[in-house]
Amino acid sequence: MSRENALINLIGIHKSFDETKALDGIDLFIDKREFITLLGPSGCGKTTLLRIIGGFESPDEGQLLFEGKDILDVPPFKRPLNTVFQKYALFTHLNVYDNIAFGLKLKKLPKAEIETRIKRMLQLVKMTGYEKRMVDQLSGGQQQRIAIARALVNQPEVLLLDEPLGALDLKLRREMQLELKQMQQHLGITFVYVTHDQEEALTMSDTVVVMNEGRIQQIGTPKRIYDEPENAFVANFIGESNILSGTMIQDELVSFAGGEFECVDSGFGEMQPVDVVIRPEDVMLVGEDVGQLTGEVTSVLFKGVHYEMMVQVGDYSWKVHSTTMQPAGSKVGITIVPFNIHIMHKEESSHEA
Amino acid sequence: MRKFLRGGYLGLLLTFLYAPIVVMIVLSFNASKSRAKWGGFSLQWYQKLFTDTAILDALWLTLRVALIATVVATILGTLAAIGIHAMKKKRANVLMSVSYLPMTTPDIVTGVSLMLMFVFVFGLVYRVSVAIGHPVQLSLGFGTMLMAHIAFDTPYVLFSVMPKLKQMNVNLYEAALDLGCPPLKAVRKVILPEIMPGVVTGALLSFTMSLDDFVISYFTSTTDNNLSMIIYSAARRGIDPSIYALSTLMFLAVLVLLIIINKRSALENVS
Repeated sequence: MSRENALINLIGIHKSFDETKALDGIDLFIDKREFITLLGPSGCGKTTLLRIIGGFESPDEGQLLFEGKDILDVPPFKRPLNTVFQKYALFTHLNVYDNIAFGLKLKKLPKAEIETRIKRMLQLVKMTGYEKRMVDQLSGGQQQRIAIARALVNQPEVLLLDEPLGALDLKLRREMQLELKQMQQHLGITFVYVTHDQEEALTMSDTVVVMNEGRIQQIGTPKRIYDEPENAFVANFIGESNILSGTMIQDELVSFAGGEFECVDSGFGEMQPVDVVIRPEDVMLVGEDVGQLTGEVTSVLFKGVHYEMMVQVGDYSWKVHSTTMQPAGSKVGITIVPFNIHIMHKEESSHEA
Repeated sequence: MRKFLRGGYLGLLLTFLYAPIVVMIVLSFNASKSRAKWGGFSLQWYQKLFTDTAILDALWLTLRVALIATVVATILGTLAAIGIHAMKKKRANVLMSVSYLPMTTPDIVTGVSLMLMFVFVFGLVYRVSVAIGHPVQLSLGFGTMLMAHIAFDTPYVLFSVMPKLKQMNVNLYEAALDLGCPPLKAVRKVILPEIMPGVVTGALLSFTMSLDDFVISYFTSTTDNNLSMIIYSAARRGIDPSIYALSTLMFLAVLVLLIIINKRSALENVS
């Protein structure tokens, strides 16, 4: 998985805390100027992985290459990267200016240069005029901006962000997502971003790395992760899904829910047990007599943009998203186009969805 | 009736607590040496105090011990707190319990055991020095008193600083490293300023404890006397009103220090 011209290469990273395995064989490369997001539920190891890159944890096994050189022995204060911490970690005994100047003063930059750089940074994070404020007089969103400025002002090659928007309300979070993405494109810096919010990951990233239980589940573009989840965990974690047990009869033909369906996947072998994933918006409700399956609508919820209906077919209850509503109790047919049927290998671990 | 009883109870309690001190303060301004009659207001006992060389020596010793012990204990206690805070939870809890014990041990036990240890070490030093041919006979005095004060002051600093460290953002130290600050410098530039209120409170507590200590000082010094020891020996000889004056001044000094400490912690809790 390592790649020669990548900026960062993580090879075979293992890490345990006492008895619990936090990371179990991580291989990952990160390109220059990439916006890469480590996504997963809490406890999946994403923060540990970020802390290993930052130098705050060292792995039990594995290599961390930066521009081809192993930097595991380089202490955090000598690594060419900066971090935006989860709870900002601003220095409360310093004002905004001195917080941002902290790293620059350590580098012994001339005073005039420090001043111009801070001025530019405050412009970038839209906090001009706040130089003399103490950080505990700022709101959460403003503190977040200062934390980002304090990291970016050092012009790092890589910025590590550990759930930086986690403490902000939804509206502010959406605004900051856009701004962060714009900053990243404008400055041309590599961002390694940790979050448990799948929508955030899909909105901002060039590459999403889905993690669970210390392992990488899938690496890909947001679109690919969403459209082609590689296993039931990814399908379930990213958006909503109907996941059914099925059998791959032959290439491009699969049976599930008591019917046979054409699909576009091949190479699974004949009569192999598989998992079938279908997104709720890909399930089309048609007349009772023209569908591939027939069932009964059991509940209807209005969700704003669409209706969410549960349709009982045999012993499986399908989740269906549609802009047209079928009343509860009505009999409906279900059709799925081959392109929207995603076939995955059965996982060893259980996945009662 | 109930109200009266409740008020009376409180009055009685306060009288028991403060009447002796009030009597002492009043008598320290009494022109007459008698404890039974008021001979008019006078500052003569205070004047006498500041001409008595034994008392001035004791004052000087008390201040020196309190200052040096405070400085050393503040440094030791603060570093210990930072170290313990960085440890794993189990080990940290054990160490905190061990550090708590000296604060609850009766002063007399601390005093006697410190004296025993000093005497034991001095005996060893004497025997070794005789064997070498240069007999050294050490005695209990300023040095031992100072060491004892450092020993009982240090836990107070530790327990004042620890809550500040626990309140601190967990990533603060890492943020300093992340911005290019080497570890020791990060402690100095980031951790120390964050916990400074706790350090100052610890230092003030140490100074107060040292200033009015009698029991431990009594056991760990025979050649040098601090103010409490002077008062004790003077009281045994037959009391002179200048002792009231000295006690009044010590009471006021400690009172002022305690008020400062309380005000500080009240302010801390507000912010």
